[in-house]
Amino acid sequence: MRLEGRDGERIDRSKPVSFTFAGWKVTGFEGDTIASAAFAAGKRVFSRSFKYHRPRGLLCCSGHCPNCQMTVDGVPNVRVCTEPIREGAVVDGQNVRWSLDFDLMSVTDKIGGPFTPVGFYYRTFIRPRAAWPLYEKFLRSAAGLGKLDPHAGHSQRYDTEHRRARVLVVGAGVAGQKAAQEAAKAGPGVMLVDEDARHAGLALDGVEVLAPARALGIWEGGLVPVDAGTTLYRIRAEKIVVATGALEQPIVFPGNDLVGVMLPDGARRLLRDFSIAPGKRAAVIGSDDETLALADELAEAGIEVTKVVDLRDARPRELAAQGGKGRVSRLALDGEHYGCDLLVASGGRQPAYSLLAQAGARVEYDDSLGVFVPTQLPAGIEAVGSVTGEGLSKIAAEPTYAGKGKRFVCICEDVTTKDMKRAIGEGFDSIELAKRYTTTTMGPCQGKLCHLSSIRVYAHENRVYEAAIGTTTARPPWSPVELGLLAGRELTPTRRGSIHHRHEEAGATIQWAGPWKRPYAYGEHPEDEVRAVHESLGVIDVSTLGKLLVEGPEVVQLLERLYPNRFGDMKPGRIRYGVLTSDGGRIMDDGTIARLTDDLYYVTTTSTGADSVTAWFEWWNAVWGYEAEIVNVTGALAAVNLAGPRSREALGRLVDDADDVAADAFKYLDVKELVVAGVPTLAMRIGFVGELGYELHFPSPAGEHLWDALVAEGARPFGLEPQRVLRLEKGHVIVGQDTDSESNLYSAGMAWLPKMDKDDFVGKYALEHFAQREEKEKLVGFTMEENVLPAEGAQIVVEGFPVGRVTSARRSEAVGEVIGLAWVPTDRSEPGTRVEIVIDRLRRGARIAHGAFFDPSGERMRS
Amino acid sequence: MSFLLACPYCGPRPVDEYAYFGEVTKRPDSSPTLRELGEYVYFRDNVAGVQREWWQHRTGCGEWFLAERDTRTNEVLEVIVPDPRKPAA
Repeated sequence: MRLEGRDGERIDRSKPVSFTFAGWKVTGFEGDTIASAAFAAGKRVFSRSFKYHRPRGLLCCSGHCPNCQMTVDGVPNVRVCTEPIREGAVVDGQNVRWSLDFDLMSVTDKIGGPFTPVGFYYRTFIRPRAAWPLYEKFLRSAAGLGKLDPHAGHSQRYDTEHRRARVLVVGAGVAGQKAAQEAAKAGPGVMLVDEDARHAGLALDGVEVLAPARALGIWEGGLVPVDAGTTLYRIRAEKIVVATGALEQPIVFPGNDLVGVMLPDGARRLLRDFSIAPGKRAAVIGSDDETLALADELAEAGIEVTKVVDLRDARPRELAAQGGKGRVSRLALDGEHYGCDLLVASGGRQPAYSLLAQAGARVEYDDSLGVFVPTQLPAGIEAVGSVTGEGLSKIAAEPTYAGKGKRFVCICEDVTTKDMKRAIGEGFDSIELAKRYTTTTMGPCQGKLCHLSSIRVYAHENRVYEAAIGTTTARPPWSPVELGLLAGRELTPTRRGSIHHRHEEAGATIQWAGPWKRPYAYGEHPEDEVRAVHESLGVIDVSTLGKLLVEGPEVVQLLERLYPNRFGDMKPGRIRYGVLTSDGGRIMDDGTIARLTDDLYYVTTTSTGADSVTAWFEWWNAVWGYEAEIVNVTGALAAVNLAGPRSREALGRLVDDADDVAADAFKYLDVKELVVAGVPTLAMRIGFVGELGYELHFPSPAGEHLWDALVAEGARPFGLEPQRVLRLEKGHVIVGQDTDSESNLYSAGMAWLPKMDKDDFVGKYALEHFAQREEKEKLVGFTMEENVLPAEGAQIVVEGFPVGRVTSARRSEAVGEVIGLAWVPTDRSEPGTRVEIVIDRLRRGARIAHGAFFDPSGERMRS
Repeated sequence: MSFLLACPYCGPRPVDEYAYFGEVTKRPDSSPTLRELGEYVYFRDNVAGVQREWWQHRTGCGEWFLAERDTRTNEVLEVIVPDPRKPAA
């Protein structure tokens, strides 16, 4: 079927390329698309239709229609008419049982009955209700498009690129190129995108050309996402020129979906680009010069033209494509028959206005052309060329032509004129409702080939004027887009502290902690690290803690209004534990607040809360206008927690004067500036892990130096997991782990914390109300009666009913039991109460406990 | 939402650089009733028209500012940097 070499062909005949098409080996040439190579090799059926499983062949060859959607190398719904040929590709049909040429499911086309009418699945398959899952399974496999392999993983890498343009032109046709060149004369920043690969090499002075690339829509602010295969360009344009042209429209006649019925562009492209004869004998039906001119072009290429119908003159009563096995073999015209295996049919061209409509243009029916044209363009948007309706001929006179057989209005969704009539008969008397009921225009072509027809058919059936119907809303994306492209690549930066490499060198298991990479443990035995902290000395990297400096004459007012705590009565050099609450009274974050001088405080937050707490502080300060400044030093400072009975002597050896850290000179909850191993350090004596300990905050660049010095003093590095065990032994809560967005200070067992006699603080009003009611549930500790470990989130049951949940649980060597924290109903929250926890479907006994499991008096951390 | 919002310091930027903190609300002055508190914490006017709202240039300069925005068109009529020494709302 390949013709002799022709001028302008896009194939390189010296470079053969082979691939597998539905099990057959097909060889084409470089420059071919998968569809053109397969067509040249004699393949005619490329897909099976959505509902009736009718064979479908090439129609538009422009990437608009659904007819050539196939699965290529496991990627479903690839339009092979625009997909470049590549060596070794495996191309398969989809939505078929058996094969493309013999699809078992095509019986649905013959038997009719319950399958035929629109909306059948809502009615036929609704009874009995219980059988719906069965029906659904069947319908899902019977209808639809390609199958996605759930285990396929990422097929390729996608990227997003942000661009700015002064002028963005969409469409590289004559008008688009002209507009781009004009714009380039006025200065730089002009981009031109076109979906057609033939424009890939287009060189225009001062214009950046992206092709093949599809503009997916126009969003507010001049945002145009452009699909360029594996790159999504998010182009911000000051001015957008839409030159998307006009789309050839199928004619609605019986058999208009048969294989061999083509739009002029489809035949034109096969002939011109790939030097393929689109048929042996052709009939041409059209209502504009472009379509009818194709008859001569086909004849020149040696194709016998059996009939040309000019719908501007002819008024056929009967017009139908007929044939067997889903392929056209003749044109029936008012009782006459004309043999053809190619029937080129176009009703005329309809402006491709969707992008303009999305941008907010009005779309109106133009009576003189019989098509919809865009009007009232929004600011910053321009339309040029045939998308405005300019240069178009009047559309074919009749919305449908009579004859025997199904007349398809929408080939994507297999909607026929009969379905449209039925929908109207059932009372779907608005085009928006009829669209949703019949799903016309809702298939892969998104109305490109059926929007106009459906409205014309609708108007005809309802005996109303097209203009009175209006149009359905065009929504982005204008053409199908791979989900992977929208998701893009994960570009959240990974955060690592300045000591990170030391952890890796020490063989730590690294885990994610929010955006941070942190050590889980330094070996297989976290319990050894726990023991080291209890018995001698451990050190953990806590650089991820949020760190804020808050300073100013009104710093006390600011902090006391942000926190339920009181801070004004603290002496410089002291530390207090603080919890942030929202105005809804919920716990947001916690941390330590150290007073460094009268008007300078150092605030730490949780690791995950660093950014949100900073924003929260800054926002409230903007609201209240206190004379206080907030500086986020989270990244500037590293921090480690040196903990264990030996921590005082170890620290003493690293400071100039060991007396500075003596028990009476550096007490529990004191903060001090020290020079540790030569590093200026803010040292805080606090006890998250329950042993004598010092949290050292110091400039990030000194991270490895100070870490090395501490390790040299015998401190054993410990990770997040041992820290979690240690803090759980103390009953210390982790905000976000043990509390959630419903937790408040009373229910979380911190009723002592809020100072309700303060004039105001964020959350006070809510806490006033909470104080008067009894909490439904409380956060308490528990110990298991047996040595079994509940999962975090495990159910707590009482008399067989779930009443609560476990938030943390660990085996503690020091306590000698499995311990945890849990939310339980208030009437089950007293110490000693027995509850049951579901572990591996078995109920296991647990006893409620309050306070710390280990060293309840806090002697060790205060020592 | 993909409109451009002019940061008082950085100029027009895509809206996804900003954190939106909602319409400016009136925080009760003294102990409100449960209903008043609930309205303040959970309810918003959600006007179709111009409203005053809080924005932060989160991934830019970090500034908190007020914007007068028409919620129907996303046209921002004015951006205001609150006086750092005075209550803003």
